[in-house]
Amino acid sequence: MTVAEVIFYAIAIVSIVAAIGVVTVPNVVHAALFLILSLLGVAGFYILLSNEFLALVQILIYAGTISILVLLALMLTRGREQNLPSVSAGAQWPLALLGSLVLGAVLLTAVLDVNWPRDDGIVTLVDINTLGGALFRDWLLPFELVSVVLTVALIGAVVISHRDEEET
Amino acid sequence: METAAEQISLEAFLFVAAIIFSLGVYGVLSRRNAVQILMSVELMLNAVAVNFVAFAVYTDPELFRGLIFGIFVIIIAAAEVGLALGIILNVFRSQATVNVDEVSELKW
Repeated sequence: MTVAEVIFYAIAIVSIVAAIGVVTVPNVVHAALFLILSLLGVAGFYILLSNEFLALVQILIYAGTISILVLLALMLTRGREQNLPSVSAGAQWPLALLGSLVLGAVLLTAVLDVNWPRDDGIVTLVDINTLGGALFRDWLLPFELVSVVLTVALIGAVVISHRDEEET
Repeated sequence: METAAEQISLEAFLFVAAIIFSLGVYGVLSRRNAVQILMSVELMLNAVAVNFVAFAVYTDPELFRGLIFGIFVIIIAAAEVGLALGIILNVFRSQATVNVDEVSELKW
């Protein structure tokens, strides 16, 4: 077993355990902290896949911004239901467990059964120059479109969460 | 010297991503707090992004389309989280709860 494999399995176990924590712990703040751990594990995957840029983006946007937003929302929505432990899982959780187990089994058998196209173990190492060139040359239109989508979504978020009484 | 990605197989990444995706599905179906449902959606998006990047690295040497898609998934996730949290805050302001079972005014 090589060093890379050991690191991979360690990161895999950490991020899966953290993901289990996200969906099982009753305390929502603990769930958000587990989410940060799981997202950092995914950033580790990106580094193992030789994509340092994507790993940094993952840490900046996911582990940094999105998790802070989620934590802020948790603290702002701390209502009466925070005292009720039963709110974390609805009565339908056995059915949800069954459904996700079936889905997981289907996905895992698909992953193991399908003969994935491989070029003799050759991996693509995309450096930041090539990635930037592709992003701003071949994918320029989708890139600009997604920036418009992001702007519209953030303006929409501001409009949605704006209080009416502050307008007068 | 071979790189780290060459020592790990594509299936290993897909396997872990499938497990995380299923956990996200379980979270969306079982949690009742809207913010927790949103966190589970983030888990699922992350698993899909890992799949995209793994496919790009292992099977798409010329165009690495999965990498571009992974970046787009992260951008869309950021937009989605901003919007969803705005909606959740607004719902909490008008209903004083984020329990999705109690927010049933739009239910037909």
